[in-house]
Amino acid sequence: MIPLNWYLLLGASLFLIGVIGFFVKHNIIALLLSVEIMLSAVNLTFVAFSSQRGEISGQVFVFFVLVVAAAEAAVGLALVIAIFRNRESLNVDRSNLLRW
Amino acid sequence: MDYLWLIPVLPLVAAAFNGVVGKRLSKKAVGLVGVGAVAASFVISLGAFLQMLVQPEDALPIVTHYFIWIQSGGFQADFGFQLDHLSGLMILIVTGVGFLIHVYSIGYMHDDPGYYRYFAYLNLFMFSMLMLVLANNYLLMFVGWEGVGLCSYLLIGFWFTRKSAADAGKKAFVVNRVGDFGFLLAALFIFWTFGSVDYQRVFERAAALPPEPLGEVGIVTVICLLMFVGATGKSAQIPLYVWLPDAMEGPTPVSALIHAATMVTAGVYMVARSAALFSHAHGALLVVATIGAGTAIFAASIGLVQTDIKRVLAYSTVSQLGYMFLACGVGAYAAGIFHLMTHAFFKALLFLGAGSVIHGAGGLQDIRKMGGLRRRMPWTFSMFLVGTIAIAGIPPLAGFFSKDMILWSAWNSPNYGKIFWTVGLITAAFTSFYMFRLLILTFCGNARYTQDEVHHVHESPPSMLIPLSILAVFSIVAGFAGAPPALGGHNIIESFLADSSHNAASAEHGGAALEGLLMAASVGAALAGLAVAYLFYIARPELPGRVAAGADAMYSILKGKYYVDEIYDAVIVWPIVRTAREFLWRFVDSFVIDGTVNGFGDMIRGAARGLRRMQSGYVRAYAGWILLGGILVAVWFLR
Repeated sequence: MIPLNWYLLLGASLFLIGVIGFFVKHNIIALLLSVEIMLSAVNLTFVAFSSQRGEISGQVFVFFVLVVAAAEAAVGLALVIAIFRNRESLNVDRSNLLRW
Repeated sequence: MDYLWLIPVLPLVAAAFNGVVGKRLSKKAVGLVGVGAVAASFVISLGAFLQMLVQPEDALPIVTHYFIWIQSGGFQADFGFQLDHLSGLMILIVTGVGFLIHVYSIGYMHDDPGYYRYFAYLNLFMFSMLMLVLANNYLLMFVGWEGVGLCSYLLIGFWFTRKSAADAGKKAFVVNRVGDFGFLLAALFIFWTFGSVDYQRVFERAAALPPEPLGEVGIVTVICLLMFVGATGKSAQIPLYVWLPDAMEGPTPVSALIHAATMVTAGVYMVARSAALFSHAHGALLVVATIGAGTAIFAASIGLVQTDIKRVLAYSTVSQLGYMFLACGVGAYAAGIFHLMTHAFFKALLFLGAGSVIHGAGGLQDIRKMGGLRRRMPWTFSMFLVGTIAIAGIPPLAGFFSKDMILWSAWNSPNYGKIFWTVGLITAAFTSFYMFRLLILTFCGNARYTQDEVHHVHESPPSMLIPLSILAVFSIVAGFAGAPPALGGHNIIESFLADSSHNAASAEHGGAALEGLLMAASVGAALAGLAVAYLFYIARPELPGRVAAGADAMYSILKGKYYVDEIYDAVIVWPIVRTAREFLWRFVDSFVIDGTVNGFGDMIRGAARGLRRMQSGYVRAYAGWILLGGILVAVWFLR
């Protein structure tokens, strides 16, 4: 039996990787991937706690997160295509017109 | 007498009709509706008056309740009319003189583009005035009181494109507010004291109270003084008379109807109507008499040097109203109302005559530039002459009898009666002088206007001359109603009004010989005024200039009307305007209120100017804010 802390440590590490990825990358697809990694890290944590405490609600939450992630990926990719058509570029820093 | 409501309502209907559709009708139709309604009112008034005369004495007053107007807790005000000798006489004067002036207006206002508007206002005035005199309680009287004030404002400012006219209207309205406030307070005190505003009940309950002798200020005295404040406003007495001379900016028939014959006498009517209250408050009566006598001589002295034909008459009106209050103040309410009636006739006659002069001389109003009009307008001249003799108090015309009745009552008054009589006598001499001066300067001698100023002087049309003639007849005969026993008359008017005004007949005072002597004195005063006027303006025309130069200080004070307008400007108007402008506007409104509102706006805008930099447009910057927020939440829970 692998102790809970290892799962939590792995989840936290994955989340941190996602966060760092989000802030260092310029490519919009890479940002989406980073978000997916963060969601997966959260899912892992949910499942670990669910298994540890013998409670099913953690796993139910994972399904919700998965559904949201799938939807987010679909909408996100559609946006990526739309942005690329307008800007001929995937660099997020060039899409900054909506501001003060 | 259920049909009494028709008397005020007919002019109201005509006013509404002319006001709404008059613009699209011909002048003939407008005039017909306006004059017809007043004529019908007059006929109905006459019928009601005659029907009242045949009633037995104890059936009076005839009170007709139509409906309950206001009911609130213990307070109740009816919509009802009261007809007795006093109000009966008043409705006859109002509708009778009003009708003649309406007829006159057809000719006088014929070329005015606001013809329909003029008749609508004039009819509205008739309605308000009739409500005022017919009402059976103080609150309903107040409705008429305010109504006539409004119409006065509208008609003074009738030619509102002229700034002086608009200002004069505003002045009249504002000055009257002061008086109206007094009246309203009096009405509230009456309800508070007597539990009703109905004349009958108030007078019944007032009769049960003990009289308040001189020097004792009880509630009745307070009520009467407040009421008299209202009267000083409406009837142009010191200190609120200043609006009346300016009111001459209105059309001349309006000056005749509203500012000479009817509206300005509303205060006298109110005092006479409330005689039951005033007779209980001897202090208030003395105030009324003092203000009346003071105003009479004060306004007459200003009238001595005025040069505008209408302003002479305006000051004369103020002075004559002072006589009426003097009469009321010495308890001779009947004499006051009698003078009100004769004054309505001869002053309306004089104003309409002046209007005829102005009309015929193409708008000329300055008597220094007139002269010699007698040959061009003989009919107007003879009418004006009748009015002048009547107001001067030369027997046997109307003014002599009413003025003499007042002087006689003043002489018999126990409180300072001799002083009041002397003041009245001097005023009579002044009156005679300025009226004959006006007559001589206007009609006699040689023309002083040039052909450039006045093209062709012409006599007025019959629609103007016929009302003049009728008023002249009344100015001659109306006085006999009050012929005193000393002259073999019966003084019908005094016994006629004795019941309505709770006034004991004063005939038993003094003796006939004394009365005859005083009469001779007043006639002497009138003749002296006439003689001086003749000397100054016909026999020795260089004298007035020398007298004016000799008494320079006095002359300039009179010429400047005692500088009352200037004093009021400096003491009341200027401080109010300055306070309003510098403190209320510049400081309170612009600085405090606007400053607070704008300050909040500036503060929020300033804060937003810094905070909006957060909205950089970079997706990862937003993610950074989210991360920061997440960390803060985490720290908050983990601490």
